[in-house]
Amino acid sequence: MHVVYPAVVAALLFSIGVYGVLARRNTILVLMSVELMLNAVNLNLVAFDVWLRDMLHSGQVLTLFVIVIAAAEVGIGLAIVLAVFRTRKAIEFDRLRELGEP
Amino acid sequence: MIVSLVVVLPLAGAVLGLLLSRRPHGRGPAENLAANKRAAWFGVLPTALSTALIGWLAWENTPSTSVLTVIDTGGIAITAGLEVAELSVLTAMLVGVVALAVQVYSVGYMRGESRYPSFSAFISLFTSAMLLVVFAADLLVLYVGWEIMGLCSYLLVGHWWEERANSRAAIKAFLVTRLGDVGFLFGIFVLGFAAGSFRVADILVADIPESTLVLATLLLLAGVAGKSAQVPLHTWLPDAMAGPTPISALIHAATMVAAGIFVVARLYVLFPQPTLDVLGVAAAIGMLGAALAAFAQTDLKRVLAYSTISQLAYMAAALAGGARDAAVFHLVTHGAFKALLFLCAGAVIHHVGSNLLGHMGGLRRPMPMTFWAMTVGYAALIGLPPASGFFSKDAILYGLERSSSPIQLLLYGSALLTVGVTGAYATRAWLMTFFGTGKIQALPEPAPGTAHVFDGREAPLSMLWPMGVLAIPALLLGFTDAGEFHLAPALTALVVALLGAAFVYVVWRGAPERDPARLLGAFRDPCEQAFYVDRLYAVVFVRPVLALARGVVRTDDHVVDGAVRGTGRAAVGLSGLTRHLQNGNAQLYVTGLLAGVLLIAVGAVVLG
Repeated sequence: MHVVYPAVVAALLFSIGVYGVLARRNTILVLMSVELMLNAVNLNLVAFDVWLRDMLHSGQVLTLFVIVIAAAEVGIGLAIVLAVFRTRKAIEFDRLRELGEP
Repeated sequence: MIVSLVVVLPLAGAVLGLLLSRRPHGRGPAENLAANKRAAWFGVLPTALSTALIGWLAWENTPSTSVLTVIDTGGIAITAGLEVAELSVLTAMLVGVVALAVQVYSVGYMRGESRYPSFSAFISLFTSAMLLVVFAADLLVLYVGWEIMGLCSYLLVGHWWEERANSRAAIKAFLVTRLGDVGFLFGIFVLGFAAGSFRVADILVADIPESTLVLATLLLLAGVAGKSAQVPLHTWLPDAMAGPTPISALIHAATMVAAGIFVVARLYVLFPQPTLDVLGVAAAIGMLGAALAAFAQTDLKRVLAYSTISQLAYMAAALAGGARDAAVFHLVTHGAFKALLFLCAGAVIHHVGSNLLGHMGGLRRPMPMTFWAMTVGYAALIGLPPASGFFSKDAILYGLERSSSPIQLLLYGSALLTVGVTGAYATRAWLMTFFGTGKIQALPEPAPGTAHVFDGREAPLSMLWPMGVLAIPALLLGFTDAGEFHLAPALTALVVALLGAAFVYVVWRGAPERDPARLLGAFRDPCEQAFYVDRLYAVVFVRPVLALARGVVRTDDHVVDGAVRGTGRAAVGLSGLTRHLQNGNAQLYVTGLLAGVLLIAVGAVVLG
C-alpha cells in the first residue's frame, strides 16, 4: 500500500479535528476533536514507521505513548468540564469568557 | 587646652539645650515654663564659663597653638587646631561678654515664648561658631565657623517665621551672605594653594606673588563684604532686623558682622594696596550712604542697622587706610556700644510694642534706666567724650589723616562727613525716643512678630542687668587706649559731630511733634529707601533669577516629566487598540495561534 493513502486519511482526520476545535461550541465535542487530531498523528506515526522500515519501531512506540497521554488528557479534560458544569450550569465555550478584556 | 574648652562649652550648651530642655516632653504652659527655665541655664552657664576662660586667656596673655589632629587630604593637609593670639583674645572677649549679656537679656525678653529653648540653643551654637572663627588656626576651620554663623543667622532672623516677611528676611540674609561666601571659599583655596598650607601662621609668612595675593584677597573681600554688610552686599542687614532684638544685638551689631573685619585684620599683612583701595572705596561709599539712610529711617531698629553698616564701613576704611589697630579698637568699642544700643532698643520696643519711632516719645520718665543706658550708647556712637567711641573714632580719623593710601582724601573726607551725619541721626533717634510727648497707645494684643507688651513699667531686671553691664565698657573702654590719644583730630570730629547734633536739635526744638528727617527735603525719600539699592537689585538680579527659576520649573514639569507621562500615555493608548483582541474566547486565540503557525510554516518553506 502506498504511503499516500494513510497520509491523506490522516490529513483529513486532522482537518476535521482542527475544524472541531475552532468551531464547535460544546466543550466535550472540542475535547473529542482534540482526540481526532491526536489519532491523525498516530496514524501518520504508524504509517511512516512501516514505510521507512524502522528497525527499532520508534514510531509505533511513540504511538503507544500518545495513546496513554491522550487517555490521561481526556480524563483531566472531562473532570474540568464536569467541574465547570457544576459551577456554571453550562459547558458552552463562548460563555466562558471571564478572562476577556471587557 | 583651655581654648578648645572655650569653643566647645557653648557648643555643648547648644546640644544639651536642644536635646534636654523639653524633657519630660509636654506642650502645656507649665511644661513650657519648666523647659524655658532649663534652656536658660543651658544657655547662660556655658557662655559664662567660656567668657571666664577667655578672661583667663587674656590674663595669661601667651600666644599658643593647640592642634587636635592634622587631616590628611591627599593634597594640602587641613590642621584642625586653635591658635591664641592677642587679636583673637581681644575679639573673643568681646564675643563672650556680648553673648553672655544677650543670653541673660533674652531670658527676660523671650519670657513665655514657647520656642525659647531652640532660640537660646542657637545663640549658644552661634557663640561657639564665632569663637571658632576667632581662634581658628587654619583657614578651612575658620570657614567652618564662618558658615555655621551664617546658618545661625538664618535660623535666628527667622525665629518668628509665622510672619512671611520674617522668613523672607531670613532667606535674604542667608542668600546674600552666601553669595559672598562663595568668593571667600575660593579666596581660601587660592591662598592655600599658593602658600602650600591652609594654616594661618604659614600663610602669613609664605612668599606669595603679588598678583596671586590681589586675586585671593579680592575673593576674600567678597566674603568680608557679605558678612560685614559692606557695599554692595549690605542689603540683607536692615531686613535682618526682622529677628528678635537680642539677635540683632548679638549677630547683626556686635559679633557676626564684625567677623569680616576681624578676618581682614587677622590676615592684614596679606592685603596688597589694590585690594585695600577697593575696600576703601566701598567703605567710603558705604559709611556716608548708610549714615544718610539711617537718618531717614522710621524704624528704630533699622536706624541702628544702617548705623551698623556705617560704623563697619568706618573700620573697613581704617583698614584700607593702614590703621589696623584703630580698626580693631573701633571693632571692640563698637561691639560694646552697639550691643548696648540694641539691647536698649529692645527694651524700648518691648515697652512700646512697636518698632516705629513715630510711636515712641517721652520715654525718659517711664524708663529712666533704659534712657541712661541708651544715652551712653548714643554718646559712644556719636563720639562724645568720655564714651569709648570718642577714642576709637579719634584713632581712626588720626590714622586716615596720616594715611599714605592713594584714596586718602576720599576716605578722610567721607569719614569726617559721616561723623557729622552720625551725630545727626543719633540725636534724632534719641530725641524721638525719649523726649517730646508720649504717643504710646496700649495695644490690646501684641502684633505677631513683637514680643508681648508691657505698659508703663521699666523692663524686667534680667533685661536691665545686661544693659547696665554693657554700659560700663561702652562708656569706659576708650580709656584702655587713651595713651594713643590725639587732640587735633578728636577736636575736629567732636566739632563736626556736635554741629550735626545741634542742627538736628534746633530743628527738633522748633516742632517736637515732627520728624527731624524733614531736614533732608526732597532727598528724604531716596535716603529712606537706602538709595533704591534694594529695588535696583530686585530689577537686575532677583527678577531675572526668579524668571529663570520659573522657566526651569516649567521645563521640568512639561518637558522632562512630560516625556515620562507621555510614554505612559502612549503605552495605554496603543494597548487600547490591541486589547479588543482579548475577548475571552479561547477558540479565537487558538485560531490566531494556528494562523501564526501556518504563516511561519509557509514562510519557512518559501524563504528557506
